[in-house]
Parts: sequence; C-alpha cells; structure tokens
Amino acid sequence: MYPPSFEYHVATSFADATQLLVDLEGAKLLAGGCSLIPLMKFRLAQPPHLVDLNRIPGARYVIEDDGVLRIGALTRESEVERSAVVLRRYPILAEVSAVIADPLVRNMGTIGGNLAHGDPANDHPAAMLALGAELLVQGREGMRTIPCAAFFLDLFETALQPDEVVVEIRIPAPAAGSGAAYVKFERQVGDFAIAGAAVNLRLADGRIRDAAISLTNAGPVPSRMAAAEDALNGSTGDPGTLEAAARLAAAGCEPWTDLRGSVTVKRQLAGVAVKRAVTAALARARGGPHA
Amino acid sequence: MTAPAGIIGQRLKRVEDRRLVMGGGAYVDDIHVAGELHLAVLRSPFAHARINSIAAERARQMPGVVNVFTAADLGARNGPIPSPVWAPPALGLVERVAPFLQPELMHVLARDRVRHAGEAIAAVVATDRYVAEDALAEIEVDYEPLTVVSDIDAALEPGAPLVNEDWPDNVAARFVVEKGDVDAAFRAADRVVTARLTIPRSTLTPIENRGVVAEPDRRSGGLTVWSSTQQPHYLHRALEELLGIPGDAIRVVAPDVGGGFGVKSMVYPEELLVPVLALALGRAVRWTDTRRENFVSAVHSRDQRHDIELALRADGTLLGLRDRFVVDAGCSNIEGLVCPYNTAAHLPGPYRIPALRIESLTVLTNKVPNAAHRGAGRPEAVFALEGALDVAAEALGLDGVELRRRNIVGPADLPYDVGIPYRDGKPLVLDGDSLGCLEDAVEAIGWSGFRARQDELRLAGRYLGLGFASYIEGSGIGPYESAHVRVHPSGRVVVTVAAPSQGQGHETTLAQICAASLGARVQDVRVIQGDTAALPFGTGTFDSRTAIVVGNAVAVASAQLKEKVLAAAADALEVSPLDLDVVDGRIEVAGSPGAGLTLGQLATRIGPGTGRLGAAGPGLEVHSGYELPSIPFSTGAHACIVEVDTETGEVRIEHYVVVHDSGRLINPLIVEGQLMGGLVQGLGGALLEELVYDEDGQLRSGTFMDYGLPRSTDIPRVTLLHRESATASNPLQVKGVGESGVIPVAAAVVGAVNDALRPLGARLATYPVTVDRVLTLLADAAARPVAERVAV
Repeated sequence: MYPPSFEYHVATSFADATQLLVDLEGAKLLAGGCSLIPLMKFRLAQPPHLVDLNRIPGARYVIEDDGVLRIGALTRESEVERSAVVLRRYPILAEVSAVIADPLVRNMGTIGGNLAHGDPANDHPAAMLALGAELLVQGREGMRTIPCAAFFLDLFETALQPDEVVVEIRIPAPAAGSGAAYVKFERQVGDFAIAGAAVNLRLADGRIRDAAISLTNAGPVPSRMAAAEDALNGSTGDPGTLEAAARLAAAGCEPWTDLRGSVTVKRQLAGVAVKRAVTAALARARGGPHA
Repeated sequence: MTAPAGIIGQRLKRVEDRRLVMGGGAYVDDIHVAGELHLAVLRSPFAHARINSIAAERARQMPGVVNVFTAADLGARNGPIPSPVWAPPALGLVERVAPFLQPELMHVLARDRVRHAGEAIAAVVATDRYVAEDALAEIEVDYEPLTVVSDIDAALEPGAPLVNEDWPDNVAARFVVEKGDVDAAFRAADRVVTARLTIPRSTLTPIENRGVVAEPDRRSGGLTVWSSTQQPHYLHRALEELLGIPGDAIRVVAPDVGGGFGVKSMVYPEELLVPVLALALGRAVRWTDTRRENFVSAVHSRDQRHDIELALRADGTLLGLRDRFVVDAGCSNIEGLVCPYNTAAHLPGPYRIPALRIESLTVLTNKVPNAAHRGAGRPEAVFALEGALDVAAEALGLDGVELRRRNIVGPADLPYDVGIPYRDGKPLVLDGDSLGCLEDAVEAIGWSGFRARQDELRLAGRYLGLGFASYIEGSGIGPYESAHVRVHPSGRVVVTVAAPSQGQGHETTLAQICAASLGARVQDVRVIQGDTAALPFGTGTFDSRTAIVVGNAVAVASAQLKEKVLAAAADALEVSPLDLDVVDGRIEVAGSPGAGLTLGQLATRIGPGTGRLGAAGPGLEVHSGYELPSIPFSTGAHACIVEVDTETGEVRIEHYVVVHDSGRLINPLIVEGQLMGGLVQGLGGALLEELVYDEDGQLRSGTFMDYGLPRSTDIPRVTLLHRESATASNPLQVKGVGESGVIPVAAAVVGAVNDALRPLGARLATYPVTVDRVLTLLADAAARPVAERVAV
C-alpha cells in the first residue's frame, strides 16, 4: 500500500497535458485516481510520472445544446448523478453513476477516467455504447472525435494514442419515444458488476426500433449484442421476445470465470440484466424521456 | 457476596465514545517516539518453498536503509520460543478425552523454509516507510518451490508433503469425545440422517490493522512496546522469554485498539521482530501492517468440514449424534485445541442428545494459520448441528421448529449437564432457558402465519424461507484477572485492569461495576487498562470474558475497598463502621445527615503527606482478583426470513430476530451493541466473506475488492430481544455476550435459504450464500431428474 516514488506534474490545459504526455516517458494521466492509485499502491503500476488533470479549468460540466449532451471529462460521477439535465433527459446516466462504487469514490471518480481506463468492468462504457456516444479527444495534432463503438479495443486498451487525452463525452439527445436503462448485478453494493446491461431503444407505433444492447463485464470490451437487438426490433417487447433477447445476449457474450461467478452464472445474469433493462427502457419510452 | 445494585443495569452512554468518535483516540499508529525508524517486512510469494539463499547487500546499500535482517541475523532472538497462546490441554480434559496435540514453537522470521504465502522472511529498517518498502524489492531470495499442501484432503493423503518437517504427518491434533453408547443409539433409531457441511475460511477485519512501536529504555535496560493487541500480558511473557530480559524491564501497552475480534488475540512474529530490532539498533522502531499484509499474515479462522449424522425416533426425538470434523489449521496450529475443542463442546448445543461421538482432526496446510476469531469454533458447531437438524426435519416431514422444540433444553431440564467436559476439563452445565429463547424467536418472527404466506407467494414465483438456529456460548474462560482500585484525593476512583478494550466499552461497564460495589459516582470512576506496568497480573480480552472475569475482579476489589473506606472513615469520624455507608461518593453516618465526608476528603486525610499509616495500610486502595469457579453458558435463538430471487440468485433478508440470554445485563446499550455487531459480522460471513485459496496456496480474495464486508445497505430489519435469567455461576450473575451475536447467523441464514429453495430440490451445504453459489445450485438441481431432487 506504499506506491513507489513518482514525479507529479500539473496540467494547466488539455493541450498542456498532451505535451506532458509527449515529453515525459511513461507518464500516466491522473483524473479521479480511483483505478490508478490502487494499482500504484499494489505496485502493479509504477509510472515514473503522473500528469494531474484535475486543475484544468472548465473541464467539469454537463450541458445539453444543439441536440447533444456534452459532459466534461473531469466531471465527477456524483455530479453526473445529481445533474438536473441528466435526471430529466438522460436518466440512464444517473442510474449508471449511482451504482459505481460508493459515494466517496463517486466524489472523486470522473466520467472521462471511467471510460479511458478501458476496463470492461466499469459501468459507463456499456451505457455510452448503447447511447451512441462519441469521445472528443485532444492530441498533439489537435482534436478528434472517436465513436464509442471504435474506442474500446481490448482489455484495458482503447483507441487513444499515447499523446491523447479525453476532453469531452458527447451523447446524442434522445429521439422522440425513446427510453434507456441500466441494470447491474453485483455481489454487494459498491462492487464491480457480475454482469450488467445497458439498453437504449425507441418505440414507434408500439413497436421497438433501434434497440441497442451492450453489456458490462461480459467480455474483454463492451460490445453490442446484435442478435438480441434484432430479436427486439419490430417486436412489442412481449415476454416471449424478452426471453429470446435475454437468451441471445447470454449466448453472445464472452465472460470468464472469476470470484464473481462462473461463465454459466455470468451468462445467465447478463441475460436477466438485458431482460430487466429492456423492461425499464420500455417503461421510459412509453412515459417519454422524462419517465 | 450479593450482586451490587443501582447503577448496574442502567443504559448509560459509553464514556469513551466522545473521545473515540471525535478523533481523540490514541492508537498505535498515533504514537510517535523521537528518532523512530520504520520497518517493512519481506513476505514469501510462495506458499511452500525452500529458501536457498537471501542476498540483501543491495538493499542495505540503499540511501535511507539502516539495515536488513534475516533469521540468521537475529540469531537466538529469532526463537524458537514456546508459543505463549498455545496451551496444553487442561487436566480434566486429558483424563477424560486424552487429546493428541503437537506442541507449537514460534519463530520470528522464516529460516530455511516458508510455509505460507505471506510468511515473514526479512525485515528492512529505514528512515522512512517508503524507502523501506522500496528496499524490499532489492532483496534477492533464491526460492526452491515445494509441493503445496492446498487443502485438508491433500494434507491427509498418505505420503503427503509435510508442512512441519519435524512431524511424522500433517496431523496437529486429534481427539474423540464421547457420551453414552452412540452405536446402540444409531441401531435403535427410526431414522438416520447424514450431512457433509463445510464452514469456509474467513477472517474478521478490524478497522485498525496490526501495529507495533518499540522504544528501548536505557534506564531499565529493557524497552516499552506499544502493540495493537488484545493480550499485552501474553506479549510481555513472550518478550521476556525471547529477549532474556527481566520482565520488570519490559513494559507492554495496548493503547486504544480499533477492533480485535480474535485477530489480535495472538502473539505475532512482528510483535517480537519490532522489539528485537529496536534493541539491536538502540533506536525506536515502528511498523503498521498494510491491509494487503494483514490478509496474508494475520490469522484466519473457521475452515472446518463436518461429516455429521443424527439418529432420531420417528417423532423427532434425538437419540444420538456422530460427527467427524477436520479443521484446516493452516501452516501452524498456533492455538492448539481452542477452536477444535470449542467446536466439539458446543456441537450438541442446547439440545438433549443422549449419546455422542465427536471426532476431531486438525491438519496443517500451506495457508495462513487458523486461530480463534469471534465465536472461536462455536459458529462452526452451530452450522453443523443446525444444518443436520434441518435435514432431519425434512426427512421426518416435521417442521424445523417442531423438531427443535422436542429436543431443546427447557426450564424443566435445568441445570442440564451435557455430559462431556468443557475445554477447562470441568463439567459442561447449562443453566439457561434455551426453549424460552426459541419460543420468543418463533413468536417474534411470525412463524405461525409464515407457512401460509410462503405457499401463497410461491404460487406467484416468489421463494421465501424461514430459518432458525439456537446456540449456547461457554464464556469467560480462565485463568484469573485482577483489578486495582484506588480513591484519589481528588475524589476520582481509578480502576486498573489488565485486559484491554478494542472498542467493547470496558471504560463504561467496569466503571458501572466499581461505582455500584464501592458506592462511588460512575462519572468519578476512571478505568485504566492494557498496560503491563500499571497492572502486571492479568490475562487479556478474549472468549467473551471481560465482563465475567474482569468485571467480578473489579466488583471484588471495589467491595474490599469499600470495607477499607468504612474502616478508615470510622477512624476519622470516630464512629462505628457499622453506622457508615458509601452512597454516591459520600461516606454517610446513619442518623446524622451531612456529618459524613466525601471519598476524596477521606483520601486527602490519609493521603500523601498528610495522613497516618492506618492498620489497613497506606492510602485507599485494594488490589484483588477473581477466578471463575465454572464456565457460565449464555444461550439464545436466531430466526430470519429470506427471499431468494431464483432468477438472479440474490438473497434478501426480510426480517432478522435475535433472542439472547446472557444473565444479568450490566449495561443494556452495550450488550445490544455487542449483539448487533456480532450479527453484522455473522451476516458478512453468511452472505459475503470467503478467503479463497487456489491450488498453489495463493489467496485470491485478499483485498477488500474481493473480500466483501457487509455495508449498511446489507443490514436488514432486526428485532432484538433480551432474556435475563439468573445464574449462580458468579457474583455479578453475568455471562458472556461478546461473541454470541455471531455464533448462529450463518446457520440461520443458510437454513432460511434452504427452506426457500426446498421445492426446487436445492440445498446449500456451505456458505457464503453468493449469487454464484445459488444459481449454480439451482442449475444443478434443475439438471437432475425430478425424482432425485429430494435432498437427504
């Protein structure tokens, strides 16, 4: 629990952070530190340099404009959880933040860090994938956006280049008649998911359209469950279809056995999570985005 | 001597809480000594390996490193010494049970072999803990990995690798305790049921980790040691033995201690290492373990497997019990028979069982040593017996409550001699109304209406279950404790005892006892504890013994002091002592209100520099002691209703009932706190906590990420009911409560879950009741043909 020594650097802007990443061999970015600091205390990570992003001005915000919800990368989970626009228009995001660790961690943990860490056990990746979010990143050459679908490459591996840092998360505003929900099963409050599911869908003429389903901790990266989505699309969300979607998601994911559960149990829970998340998303869709 | 009245039984707020809650506690890590050095410990990454060589030169050369020490560097001060917490069996036990028990010796650092992952191999002393930790990486150890003895079956295989190479096999202890003709009982039975029940390895995790500070004392030639321990006097003994320094030159202090639960009821290698190095270097040395170290080096507990059989009549009357259980002691059976024999003695519980045969085997494996944690063998016994009773009830088609009612000890049976000796070798005699406790629990949980509700909800796909578990708790084991009580000229009464508090509220409870026995005001009583220099004669805090043994010592000493006060006051006031009494800190003269004087005024009259040396000796003080003639047994019953989501495997506890009888309550608030704390630790064990080892002897759940402690959100609605039966076993009429709360919890929760899952043909035989375990069990049950889904 005693990390090795490291040099500490304060980034004054995202461009500055990028420059520090270029200049300092082996530097790691420090946002909320909720994953990095424990790794350092176990000496599993021994970065010689830490670049602290927390003092970058204006990096914590939740704003909806022009049909896009923009969340600053350094926004704390507790801020997402309590944001008025999130609670009114994007309740799934509050649902996700609220089941991350415990209140102390959520006061430090950032939404950008949750995504950039590339951990499929984190809760935001699956939700962002289902919502069709994009990440705005700053690199030496300037800014670019990366769709979530292209961001998560492998376990702890993302599309971020060594000089890049996440600046903002952009989520398209919910279409009329849409609803989204997140369901997570955990060994106890505060734990990573045994399995979790994020569902985003739209109802038109009583039928499901554009269903997006993605899973937490059910494979090396969060990925869409296309077969389950196909089963839902065009249906009314009747119980038989929900069961079928749950089965398809359970069969389509790639969890591994660990202390949280066996592959069989994780598949089963992934399916149940899909079923319950679809049910909740449908309720929101029927009640409008405010439900 | 009759029990003192008045202040006893009052629900007083704990006097220590303001200090502790507001950050005013002084724990070992808060104690700093000028010039102190920091220690870090190199621990084995292997569970079983030979150490061919250790090269520490590079580490020694690092800036800030003072020195690096291995077993060879410590010489004779590496041990071996007899483990001070290891005790030979009591005489009565030897006569009746004749247990086989291998003696245990302690070493400070591993010599040529490591026997568990996490064993201490070398120590770095540096000017800074970070430097010391960095230096650990520079020590080169040449390990030769050996075959790991990963579990009890591997340990018992013929030709298994030896965990202790000085022994012929891996058996550390073995005994059989019997009553009656058990084989005849099984022959006469209408029904025999068997069950294999496993109690997982777990730990209890004090918020404060272990910590030691040692400061050499040039004047005495010895040293002062502050340690986060439940047993400063055992540590004192061990240091005297190891250091060869007269005990009067060694002072061991347990300052505020942030939780113990048995984890600190131990003498650890590090508690010897820090003092040894402080003396070697002539400087103060400090060490606090990290949580990671704590998981792999502080003692674990439980970890038993029972093969239990019950013989019953068709009406449910218990005729006999046979059990063979194996304890996984880890690499060192550090506490001898404590847990194994506690399990055996508590196995019959509060039930009338005419014939018993209990066979116990304790074996070594390459894991952290197993020792007594809160409950100390008792939760294991209750889990085995109550689990077997649930199997029996189902086999006989009886409700579990009916089966228990027919066999449990009630008022008509009291006193009830269980018929086997207790751990102290004396008869095991119950004097509590266990039937009454069970009936209170049956009533409070709403048993009568439950079955109808269970059936109705099952039709809606909801699975509810009800579980019961009754228990006894032998508490207050010896040896004796002493108490010193002194009235100061200020009017303050200072009580000094040996056994330290780890948060139990001793400062309040013992003040209440002293105030009642002496006639003092409780707010004038100050309690000093856990300092071998302040009181060398004592034992420690464990086995739910403080209220009983220390409490009665305080009562005895305070009552004797009262006699001394009355004699001195009679002399001072020139009245007969028969006309005097002490009330609220004043010595009153019968018939002359206002003629008396306060305790402080009396102490001043005969106090320093003013008084005369009376016949009763100097000052107003008494040092006295108390030895418990026989072990008092608390009893109680737990019941809970659970709901299992069969789709997700999640278990929710709807209502939990605790009924407890520990005799007279000194302070109901503190008793309730103990029961709730025990319950919460029990729920953690039942639902969340398990130390999982892989076949290489690596602990896989050694962080709080994977070792789940209960949170506030895991605590259900709890109804807590007291019974206060009289006991003649000691003057205060108290029995132990510190461990009671945890004892039946896993049995009650698993019983309830099994009751819920019964229609699905699934039965848990171990815990914690995790989602993974429930879903796996349900899947297995569903895969079996319906006809085979009846659990037996």
